[in-house]
Amino acid sequence: MAQVTLRKVVKKYDEVLAVRGIDLDITDKEFIVLVGPSGCGKSTTLRMIAGLEEISGGDIAIGGDVVNDVPPKDRDIAMVFQNYALYPHMNVYENMSFGLKLKRTPKDEIDKRVKQAAQILDITELLDRKPKQLSGGQRQRVAMGRAIVRDPKVFLFDEPLSNLDAKLRVQMRTEIKKVHQKVRTTTVYVTHDQVEAMTLADRVVVMNAGLIEQVGSPNDLYHSPATKFVAGFIGSPAMNFIPCHVEQAAGALRVRLTDTLSFPIPADRTARYTPCVGKTGLVLGLRPEHIAETRPHIEPNQHDFEILIDVVEPMGMETLVYFTIAGEEVCGRVNPNAGATAEKPMKLRADLSNMHLIDDSTGKVL
Amino acid sequence: MADAAIATTTATTIAGRKYGSISRDRRWALRWSYFFLVLFAIFFLTPPVYMFITSLKTSAEISAESNPWWVYSPTLANYIELLTQNQFLTFFRNSAIVAVLTVLITMAISVIAAFALARMKFWGSATLATGVFLTYLIPETLLFIPLFKMFAWVNETLGIQLMNHWWTLIILYPTLTVPFCTWIMIGYFASIPKELDEAALIDGATWIQTLTKIFIPVALPGIIAATIFCFTVAWAQFLYPLAFTTSTTELVLPVGIVTTLIKGDVFNWGQIMTGALLGAAPPLIIYAFLMDYYIAGLTAGATKG
Repeated sequence: MAQVTLRKVVKKYDEVLAVRGIDLDITDKEFIVLVGPSGCGKSTTLRMIAGLEEISGGDIAIGGDVVNDVPPKDRDIAMVFQNYALYPHMNVYENMSFGLKLKRTPKDEIDKRVKQAAQILDITELLDRKPKQLSGGQRQRVAMGRAIVRDPKVFLFDEPLSNLDAKLRVQMRTEIKKVHQKVRTTTVYVTHDQVEAMTLADRVVVMNAGLIEQVGSPNDLYHSPATKFVAGFIGSPAMNFIPCHVEQAAGALRVRLTDTLSFPIPADRTARYTPCVGKTGLVLGLRPEHIAETRPHIEPNQHDFEILIDVVEPMGMETLVYFTIAGEEVCGRVNPNAGATAEKPMKLRADLSNMHLIDDSTGKVL
Repeated sequence: MADAAIATTTATTIAGRKYGSISRDRRWALRWSYFFLVLFAIFFLTPPVYMFITSLKTSAEISAESNPWWVYSPTLANYIELLTQNQFLTFFRNSAIVAVLTVLITMAISVIAAFALARMKFWGSATLATGVFLTYLIPETLLFIPLFKMFAWVNETLGIQLMNHWWTLIILYPTLTVPFCTWIMIGYFASIPKELDEAALIDGATWIQTLTKIFIPVALPGIIAATIFCFTVAWAQFLYPLAFTTSTTELVLPVGIVTTLIKGDVFNWGQIMTGALLGAAPPLIIYAFLMDYYIAGLTAGATKG
């Protein structure tokens, strides 16, 4: 089967570096998601794997063979595009069989594969319709069907759900995951939506400004981000970043946010953070779910503080509260029944056991 | 209190006037458009109607001092005479062969050229595309003298006489039609999403297969529009055949009618009108059948469908 390897891959457009030398090993049958803001080079990377863009440097190997100069049709890949790119003059059956026909696959074999793919995707009754007569979600299925019938080494998805409405997107996301569980083909999936990345991926590759920031399982990225960028990009609402410094008091470390507000650093992190004492340009990273309302029972590393709430956003299952610490807007997630009111002080509880200390000058999580 | 009252009155008037004015504006817009449409229709339909009326008259009736818009003794003599005359049928045949071959040559060149210019980015492709358009801007009246010189040169060096042959027009007309058709097709192909050829490329299609199996079927309305344009130009062209053909066996319809039916200062009006009417028929029939495609082709890319 097929693993995909990228070695020092560079893409240059005239003088602009879109991809600045990335290394990536994708194992066989793995579902990899490339995620990042627009312009980070994720689509370019995918298109280089597809062979739609020439690479300016480095090597790309599919199934062990370097494919730098191999045209797309000989790379044994299939791609699903953001706007589906279905052939408008062909019906669904012809769309799905086009690639096989060009390869001169026997007719009954084509028929078998198309029917099988249609069954997997639940589009059997649409086979003689034209793309025009299909809804967005159905078109998306056909685009996937066209990829599946080819039985390629690698599936490439370029933001396939961006054109769908929110509800359908969630539905198709599950659908894509199901399909991958059925056909188990190595998949590279590009999206700018971190929720999509988290839910689909075996491993997520976070890209920024043409470089890979971090590669890891969704949980790894969420709980132990390597950089401030990853910490801020993964998770919604985003992680809070509050300027701070670390001070030593009575053998223990404290993270000081303002003159009046400081928290003790968990004991198991003392050794790690001791070199930071007195350092400037530090940022405390704390996810909104680690700032909640106060409760009677106190766990280790949890600390209460009182603050003036600026804005309250009820979400139903939870309520988001916004307040200001050291000039930064901070978000917390509290119980809807906790009685959060805008412009009223509220007693909150910070859970420091999940804190991150970031060096703002390098962007690295310490 | 007073303020409130004023406010209410203003509100009602504004609401009332606005509501009334939308439909009134629309009504007036419709009236004006019908007025101008009727005006244009009269303006453009008068000549063909006059041609038709005159074609049904005898020479005596045409020169008589009777109402020119009425036929007192209608006759098909002009039609019968023209259609049984060998000359007219020769002109018609020449015109048909020239127009059809011009269309075939033009479409073969411009579809392939437009595909290359729209999709294959190569050194100088953008300049070339602009160049194609600039070629179209040069009027044919400027071109026929240099073409004369070129034909003379060809005759001197290669010994091939290009003058006074109807088939020469098949070489000449594409110089007018290819640039414009290429330009239309570039625009049409450019409106086809890039992902479509990328999908075809990944599916394993070659450039030629992408053109024949994807681009041509998808761009069919555009191709038909270009074909109609090309046919009309080739069919109605007057200057080149007038300049390059002289023998009656080599003439095409527009020039043939004028040169053979006007003898000295004698104008055979009945037959001229009949010939012109019959000559105008083929493009008219083609337009009637392909009108929808033509309009779809010309307005393509205006909205994303």
